[in-house]
Amino acid sequence: MVGETRGYRVFQVVNGVVLTVVVLVTLFPFVNIVARSFSGEQEIRSGQVSIWPKGFNLTTYDKVMSDAMFWTNYRNTVVYTVVATVIALVLTTCYAYVLSKRNLKGRGLLVGIAVFTMFFNGGLIPNYVLVSSLGLRNTLWAIVLPNAISVFNLLVMKAFFESLPTELEEAAAVDGTGTYGTLLRIVLPLSKAVLATMLLFYAVSFWNSWFAGFLYMDRQELFPVTVYLRNLIAGATSGTDNTATSEAALQIAASIQAVTIVLIMTPIMLVYPFIQRYFVSGVMLGAVKG
Amino acid sequence: MLTAQASPPHSTEDPPHTPLRPRRRSWAQALRRDWQLYSLAVLPLLFFVVFRYLPMLGNVIAFRRYEPGGDLFGEYWVGLRYFRMFLADPTFWQVFTNTAVIGALTLLFCFPLPIVLALLLNEVRTRWLKGFVQTISYLPHFLSIVVVAGLILQTVSIDGVINQGLRAIGQDPVAFIQEPGWFRTIYVSSEVWQTVGWGTILYLAALTTIDNDLYDQAKVDGANRWRQTWHVTLPGIRPTMITLLILNIGTFLAVGFEKILLLYNPLTYATADVVSTYLYRVGIVSGSFSYAGAIGLFESLIGLALVLGANSLSRRVAGTSLW
Repeated sequence: MVGETRGYRVFQVVNGVVLTVVVLVTLFPFVNIVARSFSGEQEIRSGQVSIWPKGFNLTTYDKVMSDAMFWTNYRNTVVYTVVATVIALVLTTCYAYVLSKRNLKGRGLLVGIAVFTMFFNGGLIPNYVLVSSLGLRNTLWAIVLPNAISVFNLLVMKAFFESLPTELEEAAAVDGTGTYGTLLRIVLPLSKAVLATMLLFYAVSFWNSWFAGFLYMDRQELFPVTVYLRNLIAGATSGTDNTATSEAALQIAASIQAVTIVLIMTPIMLVYPFIQRYFVSGVMLGAVKG
Repeated sequence: MLTAQASPPHSTEDPPHTPLRPRRRSWAQALRRDWQLYSLAVLPLLFFVVFRYLPMLGNVIAFRRYEPGGDLFGEYWVGLRYFRMFLADPTFWQVFTNTAVIGALTLLFCFPLPIVLALLLNEVRTRWLKGFVQTISYLPHFLSIVVVAGLILQTVSIDGVINQGLRAIGQDPVAFIQEPGWFRTIYVSSEVWQTVGWGTILYLAALTTIDNDLYDQAKVDGANRWRQTWHVTLPGIRPTMITLLILNIGTFLAVGFEKILLLYNPLTYATADVVSTYLYRVGIVSGSFSYAGAIGLFESLIGLALVLGANSLSRRVAGTSLW
């Protein structure tokens, strides 16, 4: 660029260094966890593992992957995610479509009902009491139903539907197509991009969630895999027992933790390069009308 | 609940002073015409009523005696007893202070840093390089909070990289996760790690909307890059900054409950225990539902007041608001 001052060139160099540091700091914990997952327990314990595995071995992977409970919990996560995402997607689409109809009587009220819950919610205790007294404990519905609609996602979708040209729908109405037919055959085929975005928003959030499973599931075989991991790291946070034996147990847990974390992260990391741009566009769409 | 309001008197009272515009329809007419649309709203409304508004009403247990396994809304009225109890509870004030401190520190670091990063990214000329940095910096946003907690714990553990560094410079290792004095540092710096990249998205979007002519004019006026940033770029992203500041202030006390629950332990309660984790332990772990419900209601009301307050303040001072 013509006319760049010396100061600006210096700034460009400094900027490059700062951004490189940002990238390295962001990536470091990932590299570190992978290195630990392939390292020997002795090497982790003596603090030798940073970015490269020491005492390379696969026995910890063997150990974790031969734990039947790990796979049971992993399968639970898949099932919970699929069911919750489908239900959330259907409910969000229906409501967003209704809210996008500017001439609908009562639309303002329907929008208000949803938006108010962004700013005020019942809180942990009433929610817990409600889910328990509905008899949802130890069922998948305790995870699925209380989070069936995210108002943020709802507003993203509403903004998208409002941006669609109305002519096609009006033509369909003239042809005598009902609301359901219009939604299914005209609107949804035009909305594949936003549906994919919503699918990813919900799927990632349900895949990552742990607290509902932790709160409402009493039996180990019902836990999502995030709770399996939580119980591993909970052993490592309690600093109360310092005897030699529990110290050893903690250190064994360190390599097992690393492997479990890597196995839980992997699916997200594999799809991440492909889904990232959908998330970004979804956030921006939501910001317009959020 | 729509049919309950199905006979408003609009159609008879409104004088026909605007004959060209279609008259406002009554609920009966609207329902007859758009019943298919309304039917699509039934299940979502049921969701909001049962899982959002019923728990709001469920807050009455803060004023009533609740027996586990008993009535959803409690057994009998006790007035403000539970409120008086927690206001006289020193632990409550301790956790309230912790919440305010952690919230303030989070706001102090997690609000401005994405702006700085977005401005730095904006100066990157090489497109692929900018895209690469963005992709990497968004990554932590996609992780489960349990995984994040696991990554934090391995980093600060006795055998983790921070202690490796301390040993390398001849210091004694520190059991960071068991030290109350380190909790806030761990919490806030990991919060920055998780959120700073993702937080740039809206700013980067706002930056692309700034008119290039403004920069050209500034150059004609002899402004250097720094002055251009100060007089053109920052005013250009000001509405975004204000909106996000309102949201941040509004959620100021809603500190990361799940993350703290995963990271704290009895040794660090002195600095790490916040209102939400305290009411979780009192309510769900110990079973004092009404007492915890009172604390929770108090917290929700403060949160609502903060959002409304921040919003009206920004409308008056900056002329921008969420609604």
